[in-house]
Amino acid sequence: MSVLIFIEHSEGLIKKSAHEVLTYGAKLAAQLGTTAEGLVLGTVSENLTTLGKYGVTKINQINNESLNTIDSKLYAATIAEAVTLTGASVIIFSHTPTGKSIAARVSAKLKAGLVSGAAALPDTSNGFIVRKSVFSSKAFANISINTDIKVISVNPNSISAVIGNGEATLNQLTINVGSPSIKIIAVNKITGEIPLTEADIVVSGGRGLKGPENWGVLLDLAKALGAATACSRPVGDAHWRPHHEHVGQTGVQVAPNLYIALGISGAIQHLAGVNRSKIMVVINKDPEAPFFKSADYGIVGDLFEIVPQMTAEIKRIKGIA
Amino acid sequence: MKILVCINKTPDTTSKIAFKNNNTAFDDSGVQWIINPYDEWYSLVRAIELKEKDPSIIIHLVTVGSADCDPIIRKAFALGGDEGFRINIDSTDSSFIAAQIADLANKNQYDIVFTGKESIDYNSSAIGGIIAELIDAPYISLATLFELNGNTATITREIEGGEEVAEVSLPLVVSCQKGMAEQRIPNMRGIMAARTKPLNVIEPIAQENFTSIINFELPPAKAGVKLVAADNVAELIRLLHEEAKAF
Ligand SMILES: Cc1cc2nc3c(=O)[nH]c(=O)nc-3n(C[C@H](O)[C@H](O)[C@H](O)COP(=O)(O)OP(=O)(O)OC[C@H]3O[C@@H](n4cnc5c(N)ncnc54)[C@H](O)[C@@H]3O)c2cc1C
Ligand SMILES: Nc1ncnc2c1ncn2[C@@H]1O[C@H](COP(=O)(O)O)[C@@H](O)[C@H]1O
Repeated sequence: MSVLIFIEHSEGLIKKSAHEVLTYGAKLAAQLGTTAEGLVLGTVSENLTTLGKYGVTKINQINNESLNTIDSKLYAATIAEAVTLTGASVIIFSHTPTGKSIAARVSAKLKAGLVSGAAALPDTSNGFIVRKSVFSSKAFANISINTDIKVISVNPNSISAVIGNGEATLNQLTINVGSPSIKIIAVNKITGEIPLTEADIVVSGGRGLKGPENWGVLLDLAKALGAATACSRPVGDAHWRPHHEHVGQTGVQVAPNLYIALGISGAIQHLAGVNRSKIMVVINKDPEAPFFKSADYGIVGDLFEIVPQMTAEIKRIKGIA
Repeated sequence: MKILVCINKTPDTTSKIAFKNNNTAFDDSGVQWIINPYDEWYSLVRAIELKEKDPSIIIHLVTVGSADCDPIIRKAFALGGDEGFRINIDSTDSSFIAAQIADLANKNQYDIVFTGKESIDYNSSAIGGIIAELIDAPYISLATLFELNGNTATITREIEGGEEVAEVSLPLVVSCQKGMAEQRIPNMRGIMAARTKPLNVIEPIAQENFTSIINFELPPAKAGVKLVAADNVAELIRLLHEEAKAF
């Protein structure tokens, strides 16, 4: 009857999104009067027992070479075995690129109902109802999962990790792991940048910046804030910025605490990728720009004059020279 | 070689989202329907490009939905594709929809099944993974590049903080996103040809809905923007720091 949480890691370290789902799973277990356990596939350099601080009692690990390739087929088969061994009835994933490749597949293997992109803890007072955002964050749907086994993937940044002082036991699971059905021949990580979907603060630029040569003001602001950088679709299409920075309906969807839009008009397709942000700030010289209707704070004015002043003021407050 | 392209009908990106029947159903009055952008711009066009290189490739389109999906399949036909299948039932449950498509895939033995990265209405990113499991094939999600060399595909996919290149043998399932192909506009010849392409309507297989939508909610209205004067930038930063505690 327990809750099993799939823990993502990268380069030996547990990801921030995993801390969030650990908290989510522990809270759900408390709600259901059961226990929460974690599941780690592959090798991790961190001490896994410390993950107990997020409220899980046990971490199950399957440490096998083959699992260093994230192959959905192999992962789904292995995770389904682990579900049987641990007797879990709710399995939690992060709705990240990795989670998106595995969670649905696991649900099929287990003949379990799936809600992917959950926005909140399930309501278990009468049935099992999970809230998720739909219509590109323009609405929510409350979805009932009607199967005995349930799979949920949770949107990053929809719950904050809560840290207590528990400790978990570590349990090595022995499972016959097959071999991957895919072969990874190259990995290109963008180093030194904050991954957009994990960032607390995102500074984003649109056509109002006029050209790639003007991005310095934006980068300075992002640096002062420790923010990730993003852009609107035309900016990505024109190759002013790399295409992986394009946010919106057809780009990356983000939900940071703070989203700062510079010279972006706020078209509905742009908003669809950013309107789960907690606070939105808009700098635009056009008072009629639609973005002001969705924003929390804003300045009507020329971004080239305003942004350097923002950067200077933030540096002053943070005591950065 | 046979490719199946999954086509989903979604409301136009500018649609106003509203609900009816006590918030239990999407209100589609006045809504313009389109092909889900990921299905149209990326998976369908990439399939067409592969066929342009190798004309022996056969492209099938599939949608799960009632008769009001027909215009969407015809629209897709105008871009390309040889034959269409509409599985005649509406559902919002990923497992249900995917089971229908997997059944067709098992019967017709496709080498490649393309889906979009996600549907812009239910945003689940789920159908491709479930189909792959049900037909026991590898699944590559969030693909940005797809090259075919004989029986092997070389695929670039998004991972957190970067990308990864994988080599996979056919058959396989791929979910497609930006990078795979460039958006195309149908030409007159395509539009004419679309009218006569075979669109087969098939009845669904027996399958449970594992989930059901209880109701919908609109997000709470925003309080309204707090505007700060352009000559008072420090005040904006103070508000962000002290009031919103945003940094
Ligand atoms: C199906 C579909 C999907 C789409 N998907 C996406 C998507 O995923 N993401 C996305 O972003 N777009 C998407 N779009 C495009 C979207 O409709 C808009 O065209 C786009 O977001 C506009 O980008 P922008 O705001 O950078 O440019 P513009 O609309 O040109 O706006 C530039 C803004 O900068 C302001 N400005 C100019 N100079 C200054 C200055 N000196 N100081 C301050 N402000 C200034 C202007 O007032 C203006 O508001 C999509 C469109 C379609 C049809
Ligand atoms: N009703 C449907 N019929 C055919 N394909 C679908 C349907 N719903 C979703 N898909 C496909 O699955 C992809 C992912 O959808 P989703 O899992 O709902 O986000 C879409 O981009 C489509 O390619």
